[in-house]
Amino acid sequence: MKLSEAWLREWVELPVSSHELLEQLTMLGLEVDFTEPAAPPFTGVVVAEVCAVEQHPDADKLSVCQVDDGDKRYTVVCGAPNVRAGMRGAFAAPGAKLPGGVKIRKTKLRGVVSEGMLCSGRELELSEESDGILDLGDGLTVGELLQTALQLDDTIIDIDLTPNRGDCLSVRGVARDLAARNNVPVRAIDIEPVAATIEDTFPVRLDEPGGCPRYVGRVIRGIDPTARSPGWLVEKLRRCGVRSISPTVDITNYVMLELGQPMHAFDLARLNGGIHVRKAHAGEKLTMLDGSELELDQEILVIADDKAAVAMAGIMGGEHSGVEDHTRDIFLEAAFFATGWISGRPRRFGLFTDSGQRFERGVDWQSQREGMERATRLVLEICGGEPGPLVETVDEAHLPDVPTVPLRRPQIERLLGQAVTDGEVSGILQRLEMQVSSDGEGRWRVQPPSHRFDIAIEPDLIEELARIKGYDQLPEAQPAYAPRARPPAEAGSGMPGLENILLGRGYSQAVTYSFIDPGMARLLEPAQEPLALLNPISQDLAAMRTSLWPGLAAALRHNLNRQQPRVRLFETGLVFVGGGQALQQVPRIGGLACGPVHPLQWGEPSRTVDFFDVKADIEALFHNAGQTGVSLEAATHPALHPGQTARILLAGRAQGWLGSLHPRVVQALEIAEGAVLFELALAALLVGKPPEIREISRFPSIRRDINVVVDEKVPAGACVEVAYDAAPAIVREVMILSIYAGSGVVSGRKSVALGLILQDLSRTLVDQEVDDAVDQILAGLDQKLGAKLRE
Amino acid sequence: MALDLSNILEEAGHAIAQAQDLRALDAVRVAYLGRKGVITGQLKQLGSLDPGERPAAGQAINRAKQRFGELLEARRAALNESELEAQLSTDAVDVSLPGRGQRTGSRHPLVITARRIEAIFAQLGFSVAEGPEVEDEYHNFEALNIPQNHPARAMQDTFYFGDGRLLRTHTSNVQIRYMETQPPPVRIIAPGRVFRCDTPDATHSPMFHQVEGLLVDHDVSLADLKGHLHQFLNAFFDAELRVRFRPSYFPFTEPSAEVDVQLPGSDKWLEVLGCGVVHQEVFKAVGYDHERYTGYAFGMGVERLAMLRYGVEDLRLFFENDLRFLEQFR
Repeated sequence: MKLSEAWLREWVELPVSSHELLEQLTMLGLEVDFTEPAAPPFTGVVVAEVCAVEQHPDADKLSVCQVDDGDKRYTVVCGAPNVRAGMRGAFAAPGAKLPGGVKIRKTKLRGVVSEGMLCSGRELELSEESDGILDLGDGLTVGELLQTALQLDDTIIDIDLTPNRGDCLSVRGVARDLAARNNVPVRAIDIEPVAATIEDTFPVRLDEPGGCPRYVGRVIRGIDPTARSPGWLVEKLRRCGVRSISPTVDITNYVMLELGQPMHAFDLARLNGGIHVRKAHAGEKLTMLDGSELELDQEILVIADDKAAVAMAGIMGGEHSGVEDHTRDIFLEAAFFATGWISGRPRRFGLFTDSGQRFERGVDWQSQREGMERATRLVLEICGGEPGPLVETVDEAHLPDVPTVPLRRPQIERLLGQAVTDGEVSGILQRLEMQVSSDGEGRWRVQPPSHRFDIAIEPDLIEELARIKGYDQLPEAQPAYAPRARPPAEAGSGMPGLENILLGRGYSQAVTYSFIDPGMARLLEPAQEPLALLNPISQDLAAMRTSLWPGLAAALRHNLNRQQPRVRLFETGLVFVGGGQALQQVPRIGGLACGPVHPLQWGEPSRTVDFFDVKADIEALFHNAGQTGVSLEAATHPALHPGQTARILLAGRAQGWLGSLHPRVVQALEIAEGAVLFELALAALLVGKPPEIREISRFPSIRRDINVVVDEKVPAGACVEVAYDAAPAIVREVMILSIYAGSGVVSGRKSVALGLILQDLSRTLVDQEVDDAVDQILAGLDQKLGAKLRE
Repeated sequence: MALDLSNILEEAGHAIAQAQDLRALDAVRVAYLGRKGVITGQLKQLGSLDPGERPAAGQAINRAKQRFGELLEARRAALNESELEAQLSTDAVDVSLPGRGQRTGSRHPLVITARRIEAIFAQLGFSVAEGPEVEDEYHNFEALNIPQNHPARAMQDTFYFGDGRLLRTHTSNVQIRYMETQPPPVRIIAPGRVFRCDTPDATHSPMFHQVEGLLVDHDVSLADLKGHLHQFLNAFFDAELRVRFRPSYFPFTEPSAEVDVQLPGSDKWLEVLGCGVVHQEVFKAVGYDHERYTGYAFGMGVERLAMLRYGVEDLRLFFENDLRFLEQFR
């Protein structure tokens, strides 16, 4: 909310500088977002009266005016359509300087000498619009500097209010907090009742007293429809960010800004019968002041007359009942609407009005009479007219309950970490206009004032004590803590360990959105129906990921499109599988590698990363977690190359996938290169088991290589498995040395070279037993796989 | 005979000196000591001498053989040395050439930042708790004293699935889930992804990261909260910072505060986190007795802290995964 420092100081005499005032506001919880001067610097601009206006002899759109600055008369050529004899405006005589440094000189305009300029609000940067020169209204002294006349030496303060402080959406509200903080009184502002001069009233009925338990109304007849808002009023509104519209609207806004009581002015002639505050009927239509036609329902409170709804209560008036240019008789409304009947409605209809904002947060339920008296006085002052009596319609039973909140001395210290003396407690709460009764032994019973909607429990009061004393006055402490030792993760294991493995292998860590493009999901994980968002911000972020691949693939494309040909990325996070109520939120790790296996370098022939490079990366992850028993089996996945895809198993249980992107997917992704992808369940990789230690032999090992020929369809891994199965205990390791097919090997078969390492724990092996072991392995390979020793 | 030997030795010495490498030297050895070698030949001739001459002649031959061996060894050592020299010179590398092989990847700056936060709170006895990202309205709102009509619950702010579930808007749901199953005392932090309906720009993101903390014990006060968070901020920025606590409002804490810091060399207050004493309604929702226990809670944005620490000015950089950005954290 914007407000003016000068206006604030009218309400409370503060012994602090501007700087301190801003600091105090922020430290009271009324955060100052920014400040700006009320007006830019200019000099030599005074209040002047336009004495005479004549048509320019040579220009249709120009007038030649006589302007009196109280000292001297000037001839001024003016192009504004609103210039008229008798008006008071802002006059810059030759020598004056306008904002931006423009200096005013005597000039000749179409043959007539102009001795200065009548300024528009825009030229003085006092308003945005420029539909004519500034019309200062009456009441300002001719000849006075504009800065003095309009008190332009002021600061506009923008306060970022938290939603619990609806009471501070007014100058009076903010002044109250500052008064309490500085222990000075809020100034009494004269809000004396206005005596009725006519007897006219307008009937009001409260059909929904829970929503509107109090409605104060008044008829004013015979206002001057040509009256204008005076300069001071326009200025005060402007500094609060409110545009001047017409005197009646400006006055209701003024009262709202000053007292926090939103008001509404109806054109009495356009109301039928009487006012009913009631629930809207289902399907009831209402055309608002902004021209929008809304369909209402029973959740909405309306102000209606005998015929139809005329306003959405507390939020916005209707188009067909508002004050118009020619309105002479008005009906003023100052009501209290309960927050429960207003909150959420502005947002529902997109009607974010100042009034709605206040009623949503809570308006003082005792400020209606004050508001009405204040507004009446201003109407009479500015527009004239005859006031009827103030009529208050109230349903006492439905007015808000005043809570009685207990407060206990020990609780204050318990919550704040610091004691507050009994005297200070009572003092602060009373300064906040609370009713405080004390038993003299550290127990209080406290009733908040009617403008506070945020005081219901003991901690609310304790917060008030801390707030007024200042949070910066509270001590800093360290809560007592008895540390307990917990078993740490195995060094190098867990998430950081896992990451380190991949970082060392050249992968960078990515963080991608949890919601993805459903098209990308269909492309990469077509079997899974992703959980769709009801209200996505855009179509490409509309479904929850069922895999980490769509996000990583998008990141791959982003990088390839930016001349990064070598991309290695991984990500960990939740994926959302199963859908519906069976939804599971599963932690996974996914990654991809694309482009050269090594960064471009001098000493290594360049080679594109392939399946086996990434397989090694995955194996490293399992090894790091102490997981043995990992195996890969050929499988198919819709996103992956059918000949380069494996399901990853740990002790026979599926853990995830490894494979090269299917060429069709590569094409659909519109990327120039394929990539190898993997995705694994995280759980098994975060374990960090201590290894089972084997004895190491002091005796020499012997290496034998064998080369067997098998059917090309036999997986090399099967050869190793069979070799292990057939081998006696002295065979420590079997490894694949090479795979060959082509000339020298019968078509349809391939040669597999196996390296054997043999060793015994207790003795040196002799040739005979090594030969026997090799024979056993060969026999096993032959028997199980039809493998023959290659000649 | 004696002359013969000295001639032989002289010639042998010459041949040894002439040998330019170990192979040539070995040829010399064979020429003299091989089966048909010159010195071997001398030994063979011993048999044809008079028995009386044999001992003296044998000794002389052996001396010559020994001498030959010494010359040979000396030359071999010299040749070895020069061959090693040559080898070393051939093997010399251009040390300015870059190292070979894989280049290390980089940890994501948000992960680094979250870990830094976790590490600091671990020192204060906090352990990490986690919870679901797809959450129900109860754990994300109701249990946290956020009423039905609260603006945060509107579709403009929260992502919904239309079946009562939503994407959590803060990691406070973890607090609730933790307290539902664990009795006090509590010292946890909950790092994780959170979601709000914001279109991405330099300062907004529909997904970002939070670390929330919760401490529940007997008599936890606002002063404790101030003490801990000041310590945390000093540790995080590795400086003695000016820290300001000012009143604020959150439905789940009362009293509530917003925390600002002045980074070294600046007099500008920067808002870094929100906090407060846990609201009684929250304790009621999880069955904690608010007369016996009090607690504090805080929440901070990981992106915000990462941006301040690294001087990153556009939030989107964290989610684009552009390697040119990421690899700077290598």
